[in-house]
Amino acid sequence: MTTMTREETEALIAEVLEVYPEKAKKDRAKHLMVNDQSIEQSKKCITSNRKSLPGVMTVRGCAYAGSKGVVWGPIKDMIHISHGPIGCGQFSRAGRRNYYVGTTGVDTFGTMNFTSDFQEKDIVFGGDKKLTKLIEEVEMLFPLHKGISVQSECPIGLIGDDIEAIAKKGAVTIGKPIIPVRCEGFRGVSQSLGHHIANDTIRDWVLDKRDGTPDTSTPYDVAIIGDYNVGGDAWASRILLEEMGLRVVAQWSGDGTLAEMMNTPKVKLNLLHCYRSMNYITRHMEEKYGIPYMEYNFFGPTKIIESLRRIAGFFDDSVKEKAELVIARYQPMMDAIIAKYKPRLQGKKVMLYVGGLRPRHIIGAYEDLGMEVVGTGYEFAHNDDYDRTIKEMGNTTLIYDDASGFELEEFVKKIKPDMVGSGIKEKYIFQKMGIPLRQMHSWDYSGPYHGYDGFAIFARDMDIALSNPVWGNMVPPWKKEVVEEIAKAA
Amino acid sequence: MAKLRQCAIYGKGGIGKSTTTQNLVAALAESGKKVLIVGCDPKADSTRLILHSKAQTTVMHLAAEAGSVEDLELEDVLSVGFGGIMCVESGGPEPGVGCAGRGVITAINFLEEEGAYTEDLDFVFYDVLGDVVCGGFAMPIRENKAQEIYIVCSGEMMAMYAANNICKGIVKYANSGGVRLAGLICNSRNTDREDELVMALASRLGTTMIHFVPRDNAVQHAEIRRMTMVEYDPTHKQSDEYRQLASKIANNTNFVIPTPIEMEELEELLMEFGIMDVEDTSIIGKTAAQLAAEAA
Repeated sequence: MTTMTREETEALIAEVLEVYPEKAKKDRAKHLMVNDQSIEQSKKCITSNRKSLPGVMTVRGCAYAGSKGVVWGPIKDMIHISHGPIGCGQFSRAGRRNYYVGTTGVDTFGTMNFTSDFQEKDIVFGGDKKLTKLIEEVEMLFPLHKGISVQSECPIGLIGDDIEAIAKKGAVTIGKPIIPVRCEGFRGVSQSLGHHIANDTIRDWVLDKRDGTPDTSTPYDVAIIGDYNVGGDAWASRILLEEMGLRVVAQWSGDGTLAEMMNTPKVKLNLLHCYRSMNYITRHMEEKYGIPYMEYNFFGPTKIIESLRRIAGFFDDSVKEKAELVIARYQPMMDAIIAKYKPRLQGKKVMLYVGGLRPRHIIGAYEDLGMEVVGTGYEFAHNDDYDRTIKEMGNTTLIYDDASGFELEEFVKKIKPDMVGSGIKEKYIFQKMGIPLRQMHSWDYSGPYHGYDGFAIFARDMDIALSNPVWGNMVPPWKKEVVEEIAKAA
Repeated sequence: MAKLRQCAIYGKGGIGKSTTTQNLVAALAESGKKVLIVGCDPKADSTRLILHSKAQTTVMHLAAEAGSVEDLELEDVLSVGFGGIMCVESGGPEPGVGCAGRGVITAINFLEEEGAYTEDLDFVFYDVLGDVVCGGFAMPIRENKAQEIYIVCSGEMMAMYAANNICKGIVKYANSGGVRLAGLICNSRNTDREDELVMALASRLGTTMIHFVPRDNAVQHAEIRRMTMVEYDPTHKQSDEYRQLASKIANNTNFVIPTPIEMEELEELLMEFGIMDVEDTSIIGKTAAQLAAEAA
């Protein structure tokens, strides 16, 4: 299918909405748009960050997922207590592939689950005492941990456990920071509020406590903010920054530590990758400490080169020169990758449906491979995300917010992309339809995809998915004759 | 054997629900009825007059000690007091922590699952915390639990507000289950024309004032001794009042879906009986200074 015109895309949206009852149709229409790069403010054409409608089978998460799963969880030398019943902690354990260096259970705890494992009696009598005991036990059993965060599950907000008081008291007892996080799952409309709450607790319970410590920074200090090191992403990004002469003081929060977070208010520049989940803390550091932040994109050579130059532009000539050397050094490797994969991937169409930054950040990487993103959307974006997306996506392409299972399926059936980039919940639905899907949350157990090294893996993975001969064998042998007969008759 | 009747006692906090319930249950037991009292209040003071104890050890307290409610046996939580009355307290947290409502739900589920409601029982009485603040305290009136609700009230304004509000709650559950309003019990506070007023309210709500319990210090005398009237002084006239209440409840067949009234109607009723002054709308929202200026 060739690229659709504005009218065709509008007709597609109208056709998909047709099956909804009037009220749902009206609501969902606001979340679907045809892209127009000339628009400056997305609020004129798309609504986002609203409560999902019952029955749409949204793939959104909750505030707890946003705080424990995304922002806090990867801080490796802290123990993150899931305060409440067992499920939230256990089913989110080690699921996000935030790689880290360390000895798990000794000085790092990323893939472990710590929970207060609520029982009836804890609901009725409150979990305060149990939490206090848990903190003491954590300190006794894992003495090398650097601090604790208390991630509230839903019941905590209902029974009113005073986790702030316990945190303050416990911090004195064990002599380490304890951060209470009110990220009860029922708060807000998606994981997005959890990101915000987590950012706010870092502001109030981590950065504030650190104010006034002596400055030991260099003029080249930067922090990577909003890189969760999925499959090693932050590592592949960090080396580029270091090669251009910068000192990466902190990684927020993939493979990150509490000390790194505390040192961040001394950096010269905050580099923000996932804008959605961490723009709050970078804005705070800009206001309070005067640290500017810069959004960057390390997916695919075009965006990497653009970003490296923009970052270098903030520093002196020595950094600018080294940045050019870095770009020049990797160029042959990039040329080779593109020479190998572009002929096989050229012209292939992709539809994306992911979370925080990827629905717009990965577009460049696909384009470097000669592919085209014909539809994109976010689970939990706000309108500032769509403002940025409009400029990245081609005109008349389709953009969807908090898409329902039905909408996604219908869009894919009609647009017929060559591949879909989304999550595990979508994967097998589309693969059964004969369309390859790569998971763009977890990199499908591969990665990294960030940086030059990541692009090599990204290009290979897309090729693996698209060029797999299995997609040509979707019709079982016993149905093949029928298909051929129909084809002959037609 | 007659069918088990499950009754719940509601009413404004401090109105005398627990005292009235225990005195009336004692009178029922005296007449040969087999009764179980289920205290649904974290204070756990619904059975002290029957058991002569300060506070019975509660289901939730025992469950917390044992680990979980599944580790308990029925005999751990049931106590037998005056007249063979079976007693159990749901229990719950101290004020300010945890979730008392969940405690009530857990305890009642436990009693049902363990078969506390045996064949030989004539009555179960749930004595519920004054304000139905959340779903947990509505547990006793959900489906297959209490079918009859008695509201303890007096001629005081707030007690009548509360009675009307409780009726709203009953309406909600009456439509999904079989719960019905069975009457108002007036626990007298010696206000003017109290009996007439409560009767008038009862009729507006579609029910009756099942009994007027006069105020008598003997009840307090008994209470100090952690006893009910019929045990402390069976010959006292107040004991007869509770016997009358008990027999009226035993013979009660007037179960209705209540017709709660609007606030305006309730206020009119109160004004009619002189409990509330006729509202002077000209003074609303005016400060003392403004009123003084107007008067000058």
